[in-house]
Amino acid sequence: MVGTSAEIVTLDGVEKQFGAVRALAGVDLVIAAGECLGLVGHNGAGKSTLMNILAGTAAPDRGRITVDGQDLSATYGAAIAHRHGIRCVFQELSLCPNLTVAENLRIMHPALSGFAWRQKAGALIAGKLDEIFPGHGISPGAIVGDLSIARRQMVEVARAFTVTEEPLKLVILDEPTSSLDSSAAGQLLGFVRRAVTSGASCILISHLLGEILGTAGRVVVMRDGKVVDARPAGDFTRNSLVGAMGSVAKEEAEDLRFASKRQSGSPRVRAQPAGQSEGPALTAFRGEVVGLAGLSGHGQTDLLVRLVTEGSPRSARYRAEGPMALIAGDRQSDGIFPLWSIAKNISIRSLRALTRAGLIDLGREAALAADWRRRINIRTPDMADNILSLSGGNQQKALFARAFGSEAEIVLMDDPMRGVDVGTKQEIYEMIRAEAAKDRTFLWYTTEMDELRHCDHVYVFRNGRIVADLARDELSEEKVLHSSFEVAS
Amino acid sequence: MREGVSPQILFSPRVLRSLLPALSLVALLAAIFYLQPRAMSYFGLNLLLNLAVPIALATIAQMFVITVNDLDLSIGAYVGFTACVAATWLNQQPLLGIAVLLAGIAVYAAMGALIHLRNLPSIVVTLGMSFVWQGLSVLLLPTPGGRAPGWLLGLMGLKTPFLPFAIFASVGLGLIVHLGLMRSAYGVVLRGAGGNARSVARAGWSVLKVKMIMFALAGFFGALAGLALVGLTTSADANIALRYTLLSVAGVILGGGEFVGGRVSPIGAVIGAITLTLAASFLSFLRLNPDWQIGAQGAILILVLALRLLVTRAERAS
Amino acid sequence: MPTIAMPVGVTRLVRKPWLWSFVATVAVWLAMEIFTGGQGAGEVVTAALSFATFSVLVGLGQMFVVTLGPGNVDLSIPATMALAGTIAMKYMDTQDPRIAAGVVIALAVGAAVGAFNYGLIRALRIPPIIATLSSAFLFQSAAIWYNRGLRIKPPPAFADFSFAEFHGLPYFTLGAILLSVLLHIALNRTVYGRSVIAIGQNPRAARFAGVSVERTRFATYVMCATLAGLCGCLFSAFSGGAALNMGADYLLASIAVVVIGGTSVAGGFANVPGIWGASLFLFLIVAMLNTYGFGAGIRMLLTGIIIIAVIAAAGGQKAQR
Repeated sequence: MVGTSAEIVTLDGVEKQFGAVRALAGVDLVIAAGECLGLVGHNGAGKSTLMNILAGTAAPDRGRITVDGQDLSATYGAAIAHRHGIRCVFQELSLCPNLTVAENLRIMHPALSGFAWRQKAGALIAGKLDEIFPGHGISPGAIVGDLSIARRQMVEVARAFTVTEEPLKLVILDEPTSSLDSSAAGQLLGFVRRAVTSGASCILISHLLGEILGTAGRVVVMRDGKVVDARPAGDFTRNSLVGAMGSVAKEEAEDLRFASKRQSGSPRVRAQPAGQSEGPALTAFRGEVVGLAGLSGHGQTDLLVRLVTEGSPRSARYRAEGPMALIAGDRQSDGIFPLWSIAKNISIRSLRALTRAGLIDLGREAALAADWRRRINIRTPDMADNILSLSGGNQQKALFARAFGSEAEIVLMDDPMRGVDVGTKQEIYEMIRAEAAKDRTFLWYTTEMDELRHCDHVYVFRNGRIVADLARDELSEEKVLHSSFEVAS
Repeated sequence: MREGVSPQILFSPRVLRSLLPALSLVALLAAIFYLQPRAMSYFGLNLLLNLAVPIALATIAQMFVITVNDLDLSIGAYVGFTACVAATWLNQQPLLGIAVLLAGIAVYAAMGALIHLRNLPSIVVTLGMSFVWQGLSVLLLPTPGGRAPGWLLGLMGLKTPFLPFAIFASVGLGLIVHLGLMRSAYGVVLRGAGGNARSVARAGWSVLKVKMIMFALAGFFGALAGLALVGLTTSADANIALRYTLLSVAGVILGGGEFVGGRVSPIGAVIGAITLTLAASFLSFLRLNPDWQIGAQGAILILVLALRLLVTRAERAS
Repeated sequence: MPTIAMPVGVTRLVRKPWLWSFVATVAVWLAMEIFTGGQGAGEVVTAALSFATFSVLVGLGQMFVVTLGPGNVDLSIPATMALAGTIAMKYMDTQDPRIAAGVVIALAVGAAVGAFNYGLIRALRIPPIIATLSSAFLFQSAAIWYNRGLRIKPPPAFADFSFAEFHGLPYFTLGAILLSVLLHIALNRTVYGRSVIAIGQNPRAARFAGVSVERTRFATYVMCATLAGLCGCLFSAFSGGAALNMGADYLLASIAVVVIGGTSVAGGFANVPGIWGASLFLFLIVAMLNTYGFGAGIRMLLTGIIIIAVIAAAGGQKAQR
């Protein structure tokens, strides 16, 4: 149905909370047929959560989902979304690496069965690949695991646009060009522009603002779980788009005086991201709080992990003088030992220091736990209780206690304040300042702009490389956003 | 250049890896014929490859389990059990025998369901089951004995023209399973569950159903292995196939399969099983001390895995 | 992913593992006494303690390996027992002065097997199950070849000592109890023990928290095989010689006492007292079955079913996000 403004999907008042974090605080969104919607926002804006709900892989706490005029909120799920022609290409690729390209098509389309299904599937995917990426060089019989990441992404995108039984209504593309080279990216965006003229709709999420402005008809800006702006793409420039993403309130004057800790001597830490050979390296001195900024997933966590596992005084790429401790942000997979007590979770980094004559002194272990319970204010009746009895914020505090209570001179923090309440955050900011004053070095990857103000020096990451190097007196939200989104400021 | 189908990469490490099973089989055959030229006859081949049929069937059974990222440490005991059933009930009370064999397959399917639903490690569950099967076998045949049904003896002793029955049976097995698992539409889903279970579930397929089917297939081919074995040895006992556990795993790996990721090859598995059967004979031709026969099987598996690692490293470097 | 959740009461009961296994032990012992009318109750207890000693030795080692996390298991225990027992007995050559050195040799053989297992796992990137399964075959062959069909008797003092008692408790059992206490302390109060448990719960977090993951794994596989070697040596003394199939029952036994004793097969939770409870329980089950006239078949069947029932009730690792 070309040219009509029929609404295919409407989201009303969608809310989603993960523990203490409000990922979506009431979002209204309308997607019309035949439109390409650009969705932009900085970290924590809620884009991914919203798309997960739209694709049916997450359920909203509140709100209504209407597809084609039908209210599907009660039963909505991935299968229902699929049946209504809503497809999604997320950043984590969902192909089966042991199957061929054509076979992966079969997984998505049960209708491809019967006698000559393989030829049908092969023709279908080959045709769509030719349509989107002419000259792609991918054979339908190639095993996905043997393809390069770029080619896998091409297959994933092409697969999302294939049609067997249900008509295609909406395709969500979350950073679809992140693994493609510029010519393939151009081909994809050109295809998207053509595809929406024949009635299908598309939501495009990208941190490359040029892509958004060149492909989308309408742009929606999100911030802090809400839609803050929605206008035709022509109304925006790159600069105004960045401005819309940033906070409206004027930067409050911080009463923290800035004194550079960059001494003339050698830094305690010197690291360079894996893919980078020239350009600025990250350095950190004694007592310095160094911030790592930029959009999430652009190499910050990778650098911190490599430092803590491979860092040493002798390493060329990851030089660290002194013991290190890492405070995980994804505590379930990187931090918490779920069967242990709070006390044991804290002491694990300090075991050697607690050992007397080969045995761990349980008295000293308990004293360590009691000490940090007091200093960092862990709310629990008993430190010998299981760690999962604590609230999320208090679990995070335990992870802080683990690092602070150890002999580590360099503390690496991997976005540790995610999901932590405001009161706890303030307490911890104080602690970081106090520890830094005692000459501890902090490397702090954070996705919150405000937290960068606590840092003496900030490095902005983009696509796995350090692209900006700002001292605190040069720091501004605008500069960070511009570097994160590749916009000349 | 189309990726995946190109003459220039014919001799790349990747292609070498998929040809490795066939190449090792050919090399082994050549070595055997060199040492023992008389083996290159109908009678000789028959003798060498007879036992390949039950081992190939057990290897295929193991392959189904490995495809869904599990491991079956009970296959040896299970093959022994079905052999004992074949040598007793199947012979004397055929209907009861068939019912018991079918029940065994159902138990395998239930095991798959249990492992999936309770998220249990398959090694411990199958290790426990191996003792259940062994216990049942001992109850059925406390001492070696029994007698295979006549039709089974006849089938396994078939004198086929040109090449021994074992070869036709193995080739047939490989082709049928290949068509079913690698070429059919639902076979894609079965294998996909081993490659990325989350995506397959998200696409609306039931991973529970897949697991149960794969385990049931393992039970089915394991039962066939027991039947084939007792068709060759005539009588059975509880310990007759315990070594099949390691052999089946070795055969799958030798045939190019991988422990995780759902990458398996039915034809490769059959070739691997034949290679291992021949290896046993090869070792005896070499006058290897019989004390080391068992150890040699372990050494072969280690060797195969080491070779595979080298090829994978070369692949990554190229 | 659909799962069957167990009612809270059942989960809590299974969470107190050692208690459960001791309760079950007493129940089985009662069942036996009912059948025999109370005759020979004392001898049964002594026999239980004697035989349980050997399951405990291999069970302790297996417990540490399993606690490292899913996929970690040592299937080479029977082969290690056979090899170490054979080499030790051959060296001792029925001479009493050679006992001490013989025991040390058995320990060394076990340690070498453990190091070999770890080498396969680490250098060749072979999953532990396959690595230990393959090495089991290698070392079983080695034992067969070294033994050359002769059954060498243990030195008489050694054999006598294996039956000697200290106030009703066999010395071997006392030694095993002492070792259990030491390993219990090691598990809970040494850096090594905490490392094993940390790795089993969350290997990534353990790495980030400064645990030496590879060194801990190496030590664990070596310890498990060393204990198996010790068990093989002691069992040879106890049973009058190194039989090549002496370890046959002990693979199942090692896994069974770990599972039934309440150690989590998902890793990260181990408990030493449960190993004793489960060992006694297993022996008494066998003894009870013998008393009631059942044979090896029922024994194997029942043990397998019990293992599956216990872990099905306990459940596996909670699914990751």
